[in-house]
Amino acid sequence: MLRFVLLAAVAFSSMARAEIPSKDKRSGFDFMSPQTQAMQSDETSNPGMLWVLDGERMWSESQGKAEKSCASCHEDAAKTMRGVAARYPAFDEQTKRPIDLAGRINRCRETRQDAPPLARESNELLTLSAYVAYQSHGMPITPAADRRLDKYRENGRAWFERRLGQLQLSCASCHDDRWGARLGGSVIPQGHPTGYPLYRLEWQAVGSLQRRLRGCLVGVRAEPFEYGASEYVDIELFLMSRAAGLKMETPAVRP
Amino acid sequence: MTRALVNVPKTAKRGEVIEIRAMIQHVMETGYREGPNGVMIPRHIIKRFVCKYGGEEIFSAELFPAIAANPFLSFSAVASESGTITFEWTDDKGETQTASADITVT
Repeated sequence: MLRFVLLAAVAFSSMARAEIPSKDKRSGFDFMSPQTQAMQSDETSNPGMLWVLDGERMWSESQGKAEKSCASCHEDAAKTMRGVAARYPAFDEQTKRPIDLAGRINRCRETRQDAPPLARESNELLTLSAYVAYQSHGMPITPAADRRLDKYRENGRAWFERRLGQLQLSCASCHDDRWGARLGGSVIPQGHPTGYPLYRLEWQAVGSLQRRLRGCLVGVRAEPFEYGASEYVDIELFLMSRAAGLKMETPAVRP
Repeated sequence: MTRALVNVPKTAKRGEVIEIRAMIQHVMETGYREGPNGVMIPRHIIKRFVCKYGGEEIFSAELFPAIAANPFLSFSAVASESGTITFEWTDDKGETQTASADITVT
């Protein structure tokens, strides 16, 4: 009997995910080459800044039938949007679900500006998201403490730990258990969403976290979710709490 | 609308070597890729970049399809006099984008 209990304990401990202790938490920035790090750190060589500057223009441009701009209500983004991206996704009273930053921008367009929502992953939505998220640059990620988010965060964690696709790999298989090792020529980072929307050299453009998650889903040969799917928002919610304390880097540069 | 980001030191001493950086938002479509419908995406790249200091050309470059999107160029010049440094990018469609920055030489 004792032997059985011991075996069960061993089996259980090898199944349990090795969560990254907070002292070992590292942004993807730390795994990059010095050249790519320099590209991100200097705002005059960071291509993501092109989107941020464009977003600054869009911020005060009137949209929709209401002929209001973002600035009409929110005024100076440097003050009003500071820290917002660091605590998103937040609980949305209207749908009683978590909503991400891009979703929030679209909600504003529909309800305040009376304008059609921007397509997910469209250049306009990425540009505005990048500008808003840039206002939190350098601030620590502080997930919203709303208890109503807990069950969605747990759902995100479940997706993170679920083995998916033909390769039967979970996010945790690489980003919890094998970070720092190599996948082909690239170092496996811990998968913290510190700098989204970010400029990826592979994309030669700015893209969202959902695009990045899609890349990993296709990589393990699973069917990716549609852009804007609630699963992506739940996963983002979990990832942001997992990355709590790391600094926002938007617009980050990644290989 | 395309965005350009140029960086020139605001002030410099006469004779000092200064670093000039210029980056522009551009797809730099090679013309060798197929779109989702199987039709080739036409080539659309920046062909030429010119930088002028006080009206005089100090640096120019020809760009080719192998150059990545949002090309970034960095070069140096000798600060000779106060004036305006202008940047000009011309693409396949003949569209020209310009930017400028002022420098004070003491």
